Amino acid sequence: METKTIKTHHVPVRYFEGGKGEPLVFLHGAGGVTAEDPLLTKLAETHHVYAPLLPGYGDSEECGELREMLDITLHTWDVVAALGLKDPILAGHSMGGMIAAEMAAIAPNDVSRLGLICPAGLWLDDHPIPDIFAMLPYELPAVLFHDVEAGTALMTAGVALNDPEWLKGFLVQNARQMGMAGKILFPIPDRGLSQRLYRVRAKTLLIWGDGDKLIAPVYAHAWKKAITGAELVSIPEAGHLVTMEKPGHVAAALAKLG
Amino acid sequence: MKFTWFNLMPWPYLPDDFREKHRSVWVDIDSRLFDPAKSHEVYNSYMDMLEYAGTLGFDGIGVNEHHQNGYGIMPSPNIIAAGLARRTTDVGLVVLGNSIALYNPPVRVAEEFAMLDCISGGRLVAGFPVGTSMDTNYCYGQIPALTREKYQEAHDLIRRAWSDPDPFAFNGRYNKLRHVNIWPRPIQDPPPIHIPGGGSVETYDFCIDNTYSYSYLSFSGYIRAKALLQGYWDRVAERNAPDESPYRAGFAQTICVADTDEEAERLYSEHVSYFYNRCLHVYGGFADAPGYRTIKTIQTGALSQYAPPIDGYGHLTWKDLTEQGHVIAGSPETVRQRMEELIKGLNVGNIFCLLHVGNMPMDKCMHSTKLFAEKVMPHLRDIFPDYKDDNRFWCKPLAKRVTPGSLPAEKEVAAMVGGKD
Repeated sequence: METKTIKTHHVPVRYFEGGKGEPLVFLHGAGGVTAEDPLLTKLAETHHVYAPLLPGYGDSEECGELREMLDITLHTWDVVAALGLKDPILAGHSMGGMIAAEMAAIAPNDVSRLGLICPAGLWLDDHPIPDIFAMLPYELPAVLFHDVEAGTALMTAGVALNDPEWLKGFLVQNARQMGMAGKILFPIPDRGLSQRLYRVRAKTLLIWGDGDKLIAPVYAHAWKKAITGAELVSIPEAGHLVTMEKPGHVAAALAKLG
Repeated sequence: MKFTWFNLMPWPYLPDDFREKHRSVWVDIDSRLFDPAKSHEVYNSYMDMLEYAGTLGFDGIGVNEHHQNGYGIMPSPNIIAAGLARRTTDVGLVVLGNSIALYNPPVRVAEEFAMLDCISGGRLVAGFPVGTSMDTNYCYGQIPALTREKYQEAHDLIRRAWSDPDPFAFNGRYNKLRHVNIWPRPIQDPPPIHIPGGGSVETYDFCIDNTYSYSYLSFSGYIRAKALLQGYWDRVAERNAPDESPYRAGFAQTICVADTDEEAERLYSEHVSYFYNRCLHVYGGFADAPGYRTIKTIQTGALSQYAPPIDGYGHLTWKDLTEQGHVIAGSPETVRQRMEELIKGLNVGNIFCLLHVGNMPMDKCMHSTKLFAEKVMPHLRDIFPDYKDDNRFWCKPLAKRVTPGSLPAEKEVAAMVGGKD
């Protein structure tokens, strides 16, 4: 994947681009995404992939002007327009799925194919989503992965999560990234999307890890109910970071969208 | 020097195994540890202590705001301050402060502070904290990255609500108000404002630009505060502020006084240990919501003051805590020496004296407080003679104030209205 920058109304946006085929825009989750992401690599085998970073993610510029869900939804439409794309396959993971769903709800005629990978955005009182904003780094793997040990290694590349030096860098990156994510997800990841999902007209695919401990699979059914005709693909032995644990399965599922 | 007797109002009945059995004293602390019937006595004796301190020559008595917190059972400091306003006569009422981003709309703070100032005859010293991440983000649900912007807006609104004599419309991002016109208005124009900060350059500048006093409210003592306050004074110099008055800064310090150093340890060490081991047992995940502090602040290396040391406080002995300055304790002479070191070393004119510590009973607290007031404070009064007339950061009460409870006798009323008794 190549790392590029594109100008938008509010802020220059970093994005990764690679592969050939049908254009696919991938919106990352709260943890961000890198050029080496296994799902992006897999998707690029069959699609022309664009993966823009939300402002503040990776080395991209922050943007104080983006405060609310509507700001972020419209900004992401600005990114799609700046990339010169019209009705690309729109896919998103977790927080990125929430943004993608908002985009499809606000502009139903501009999205015909929507891939939502364990998206955030709904809230079920009986199944509260754990508060990732109140977790210490070493506590995260247990809620994010099916295979916690392997997941920890994937997440940290072998660094000890309580190493003070690593923590310092982590604090800055975390403040930039999760500070931005907080505008969408804090303290409850519900910005009224459930009232808007009826507007979605896209062919919609829901992809969920069976062992998701962050946004439990019960949420998949709430999404199915909210979007007419949505289809669910469950992936066994995968947690919330199904994109890292089973990138091949996720890419194969997304291929159903074209 | 301005000395404020400050009470955090800790819950004194946290169990011995609190650290082992509970993950945090704050945010998700077990509500079953709070006993409302016992709190009746706790609140009243804490208020009695504040009133008592008000009779001993302290310049101020101080309260603050925390939520869902086992060491600060004062979600509304204004309620406490209202009680104190009626039962004290001359002492400053230091409300440090109201987390102004949490009030909807923040004119509520403008109104309540104005009421306190009017009831007390102009004795209010106001504080506008951003609020800790625990209070503001985790308990009160404010979005971390937007908290500071919301705080700024609340500040601008309150200041204007106090000063603009005419009704005005306020089209803020977070507050849309067509008719702002508060009744009552504060006696002081405006009340002095103190801003608790944690080392961010933005807050330094905010204080310098508005002539507010910058206060560092830490529990880790004056030795560790040196770098942070030096950062502030460097900024004051760099920004060419008109002076380096020590009253531009304040500092909170835990203090225990007894007749001798040994006596201080004997009397107070269990209460100090209660505070550092149980009261400061804050779960790390609540210390600093991402986005709450600016990147610049994190990069300057100022760690959240609520983030416990990597190895915790648990291993710190009385000796460690006193030698490292977390706590200033000992005989009046020992405390005087160390306080002088603190005041001169940090160049601070406002001291918030934490003379009640953890689960300290009232008799010990009175003893320590009286010794401080009589045998320590007088020797520290004139450390900054050059600035002795600097009253910009302190309250200016009305010269003539009423005495609460001064209704005429019923008999006189009858005579006055011409009735028969």
